[in-house]
Amino acid sequence: MENLLITILLTSIPILLAGLGELVTEKSGVLNLGVEGMMLCGAVAALGSVLIFGNPYIGILFGAIAGILISTVFSFFTITLMTNQVATGLGLTIFATALTGLIGEPFVGKTAASLPKLEIIFLSDIPYLGKILFSNDILVYFAIFLIFFIHFGFQNTKIGIIIRAVGDNHDSAHSIGYSVKLVRWISTSFGGMCAGMGGAYIPLALTPHWSEGMTAGKGWIALALVVFASWMPIRLLIGALIFGGITILQFVAQARGWDVPSQFLNMLPYLATILALALISFKLRHNNYAPACLGKHFLGNK
Amino acid sequence: MIEFTPRKIQSSFWAILSPIISIAITIFIGSLIFKILSYPVMESLYQVFVSPFSRPDRIADIFVKACPLIIIGLGLIFCFKANIWNIGAEGQFILGTLCAGSFALLFPETKTYTLLFSMFIIGFISGAIWASIPAILKVKLNVNEILVSLMLVYVAMLFIDFVVRGPLRDPMSFGFPLSKVYPDGAIISKVDFPFIGFLGQFHYGIFIILILCPLIWFFINKTLPGFQIKIFGSSTRASEFAGFNKNKITFYVLLVSGGLSGVAGVIEVSANMGRLQPEVSFGYGFTAIIVAFLGRLNPYGVVIAGIIIATAKLGADNAQMVLGIPKVVTGIFEGMLLFFLLAGETIQKYKISIRKDN
Repeated sequence: MENLLITILLTSIPILLAGLGELVTEKSGVLNLGVEGMMLCGAVAALGSVLIFGNPYIGILFGAIAGILISTVFSFFTITLMTNQVATGLGLTIFATALTGLIGEPFVGKTAASLPKLEIIFLSDIPYLGKILFSNDILVYFAIFLIFFIHFGFQNTKIGIIIRAVGDNHDSAHSIGYSVKLVRWISTSFGGMCAGMGGAYIPLALTPHWSEGMTAGKGWIALALVVFASWMPIRLLIGALIFGGITILQFVAQARGWDVPSQFLNMLPYLATILALALISFKLRHNNYAPACLGKHFLGNK
Repeated sequence: MIEFTPRKIQSSFWAILSPIISIAITIFIGSLIFKILSYPVMESLYQVFVSPFSRPDRIADIFVKACPLIIIGLGLIFCFKANIWNIGAEGQFILGTLCAGSFALLFPETKTYTLLFSMFIIGFISGAIWASIPAILKVKLNVNEILVSLMLVYVAMLFIDFVVRGPLRDPMSFGFPLSKVYPDGAIISKVDFPFIGFLGQFHYGIFIILILCPLIWFFINKTLPGFQIKIFGSSTRASEFAGFNKNKITFYVLLVSGGLSGVAGVIEVSANMGRLQPEVSFGYGFTAIIVAFLGRLNPYGVVIAGIIIATAKLGADNAQMVLGIPKVVTGIFEGMLLFFLLAGETIQKYKISIRKDN
């Protein structure tokens, strides 16, 4: 049971990290559909750097940098050149899937070192909970920290409120002197960094070898989770944990010897995403939490 | 600082020029990539863009490769014109193939083409049904169609994998995940050209484009529903004032696009494979998105775009065989091409000037 809960937590980390980043990006009014592609870049950069330097922490760093770099391509086209955000995000995923396939080819069949577990003294000795919550690798702690950081940041800090203002009404934010484009560039880069780290987590903690398109739709699920969480970081954690649970259901089923074809179990996360989106839309018919300027262009020369 | 001023009339000069410039920039950056990866640049470009034209049978194969891309792309025109983002054409393609293929396998020994005809209808309906899931959710609950249509791609891939490895597996396939071979009445035959004979894999299914393309052009440009789709996509508010039914447009564009993807699947498998296997598409549904954009959402443009992209795809196969360049580079080219095409749209919509800030 303990192990099961730990596995659920670990499986949800990539979606959680990518989702948190995308949440910040979307709060600033930018819809970046390239999360899947940015995660792949993070994954391949992390794996490659670990194979070269042998240190998994360097992997996190390179994953984050790769995420930021690829997100600037998106920012340049959508924010500076004002291209359609949906199509550009899609293009980013197509581009990054191929690019990482090319870069990752030499890594096929090689195994990367995993992130070490860091036990927090005293806390990790608490029966049951200690093992589950306080005996994890650094990115788990970071992801949990990020939830509260973003939640608090949007409620109580000036930067958080500026980002929200830019996302909800870019004309007003511009007229009181904030640079809409700069805020969006930074928020999108933050999203890229988180997606890169989320992607990095896959080879560094879950499956230590490269395969083309190894994120298998996790980026898209993260996008759906942001909607599901109504742009609230704490709800994102709940959503990510539910998805972690659904994803490992197939391993449980295999272990218990249930007679269900594996393909149907593999479908569950995708079907659950559709169901979750439908349920949340049903609930939010009258109250839409989406940032008001999400996906809209800002001309910036008024 | 760069300044964008909306143009009153969209520049038609740029509309034609931007796809050409986009291709040129993509080729330029592509050659830089070849250079960085230390492949011979001219030889690589020759293999990717020219070698597919080097023999008559190779030229014929360009049309074979372009066929599914064009048919799916023609369907996507409806969605993208209406600003509805169906990115799940891959799934609709797979489901159309699977349903029509299963139907064909129910009637072994059938020799008449009634079977093929029914498969087209079943392919269209099942592709449309698969697309109706995001359509209904969008219309009834305002669920994002992008995410739902994409999630259904993964579901469709896993489903055909299950069917081909399970219920429909040919017992004589020695453990390979393959269905039985389609009956004769379900096979689209190769074209036997007079005096020349067979040319590559060129098949009769390709001729459907000659009917579809003008038909769709006429529908979009000369009929009221086509006009409604265009207005709905360019200005939702205007179309609401005009009293157009928003839900109906959303629903039908997704259905038509899904249906055509299904038909594309039926043709592809009946002409080239003749049986079901776990991989029936090869990313056609995603590549077709780029084809639709490269063709500037014009049916004739989509045909040309499909041929261009198919050439590059076949060329990449040749480049892999001759020079060992990994085939995935085409994806990099496709992504870049889409970026530049979209940037071209900005130039078409806005006048760009550089203003000095004081």
